[in-house]
Amino acid sequence: MTARMIDKVWTGIFYAVAAAVIGLLIFFFAVVLSKGAGFWQPEFLFGRPSNTQAGGGIGPQLINSFYMLVVTLLLSVPLSLGAGIYLAEYAKQGRIVGFIRLCLETMASLPSIVVGLFGLLAFVTLTGWGYTLLGGALAVTIINLPGLTRICETAILDVPSNIKEGSLALGATRWQTLVKAVLPAAIPQIVTGVILSAGRIFGEAAVFIYTAGLTTPMLRWDADWGSQANPLNVFRPAETLTVHIWKLNSEGIVPDAKLIAAKSAAVLMVAVLLFNLAARLASSLLARYFSGGRRARRGRGERSKAA
Amino acid sequence: MQQMHTKRRNRWLEEYIGRTFAVICGWLIVLITVTMIIFLAVKGIQSFTDSGLSLSDMLLSAQWDPNGTPPKYGALIFIVGSMLVSLGALLISAPIALALAIFMNFIAPKWFVSLLKPVLELLVGIPSVVYGWLGVTILVPLLREWFGGSGFSLLAGIIVLSMMILPTITSIAADALANVPMAYMEASYGLGSTRWQAISRVIVPAAKAGIATGVVLGLARAFGEALAVQMVIGNTIKLPSGLDSPTATLTSVLTMDMANTINGTPWNNALWTLALMLLLISFFFIAVIRLVGPRKER
Repeated sequence: MTARMIDKVWTGIFYAVAAAVIGLLIFFFAVVLSKGAGFWQPEFLFGRPSNTQAGGGIGPQLINSFYMLVVTLLLSVPLSLGAGIYLAEYAKQGRIVGFIRLCLETMASLPSIVVGLFGLLAFVTLTGWGYTLLGGALAVTIINLPGLTRICETAILDVPSNIKEGSLALGATRWQTLVKAVLPAAIPQIVTGVILSAGRIFGEAAVFIYTAGLTTPMLRWDADWGSQANPLNVFRPAETLTVHIWKLNSEGIVPDAKLIAAKSAAVLMVAVLLFNLAARLASSLLARYFSGGRRARRGRGERSKAA
Repeated sequence: MQQMHTKRRNRWLEEYIGRTFAVICGWLIVLITVTMIIFLAVKGIQSFTDSGLSLSDMLLSAQWDPNGTPPKYGALIFIVGSMLVSLGALLISAPIALALAIFMNFIAPKWFVSLLKPVLELLVGIPSVVYGWLGVTILVPLLREWFGGSGFSLLAGIIVLSMMILPTITSIAADALANVPMAYMEASYGLGSTRWQAISRVIVPAAKAGIATGVVLGLARAFGEALAVQMVIGNTIKLPSGLDSPTATLTSVLTMDMANTINGTPWNNALWTLALMLLLISFFFIAVIRLVGPRKER
């Protein structure tokens, strides 16, 4: 075979591999959505689960997953924004930053089951809370923190330095510059990153088994604040949708456990799709808004120079 | 005048509050990491300090029988299981990921790349339980038909994991390839090479540090994955006799048994030691990445 023939053959192989991977994803979606057909019915999405009869829903699990997501974002966005700001703006390069980076790398590479077990020690046993939604949220924050910190740091560092210098030159303090000039410019990247990590929190499971638990109390919206039955109480066990699938698979006793698992998987797949679409949409919308703003600003600058 | 004075003071206050918040967040990361390591280390060594197990028994014995008399806590099965399943996944996934990375950088037309990128993002986004569910629903029955037995097997774990780590390796390898200067490609073309010759003899060797980082990260992810593996591997506590035989891994036994044991018992302590092993293995992977990875930092 000549070199040219070999080249052609390899090009063909590369196309085949790429097509196969795309085909695989389409196959996954087709399988999940067809086996889980009917997942969109309101009585399934919002209905109560049943332990004994077929036809139960996933209402509480869906509430738990979303509430877990909200609480986790409330914890992890400010923390990682602060850490990102510290790394990008304040920390002196050198040994300390190197050490913090090593810690971030360590955190990022920990298996989620190990973080879950740490959560069991720290947020379940040590605090005496038992399995709680807050414990789950704290544990998943640990998983989420390194990635989100990196996103915030990169977003801040990617802001053109003339924006920062301009603000400092006008006499703003460092913090004012950061809040009023740098962060607004970094927002598109940060928002995209937050949405993508929200998808990951939504799909996380191993960490919740030993922190948020495998059960949910009967939820009632009219329950007291302190009651375990109050959906918004963070000190209650909260089985998420992902954990629900896992539990149905390993110890499901409901007659239609398989169907419920399939439908729940379909709900998760659709959620993944929506989170990805939202991230794309947000990044293109915000980027357009931002670059438009920048062009306008530069245009004004030129005009004033001409004048 | 008075007003201006307070305004200025507020501004400095803001500066210091903001700065303090940022510094606290930065150091919180260190605090969390160190706390986690200490907690897991303290729990993990109790097997040796409290239950009197020996390290060599734990690492080298394949006898795991917590309910026997005397109970035995040899973790070799889980260590071997974890290694086989993640190395197997790597064997399938790394070549495909490298091919995809090359394809995206040098061969694919633009529209194809803009199709592949979201595909990979979605593959990353699919939750691990859904991968596990797909394994149980599609793969396990298929393997049962082909090889007989239950279908829950080492091979099922390997295939499921290989799909999960594919996007990780691909994206890091693709970044590494993109960082190779275009001049290398041009110089190779200038010497009369074909595209494949340029890629295989110039570009890939030039990016090998970055590609190796991707491969190790993929391996680390495979090693730490718990639920998807636990759902398809069968969780039989014995060394696998072949690809079609069920076995167990460090993560799968932790997922299954931690809730069944009482805090402070030798069985429970042994499980915490397995968790500590996972922690140490992820340290090992970080060290390897620091050794093989590209030298420059950002």
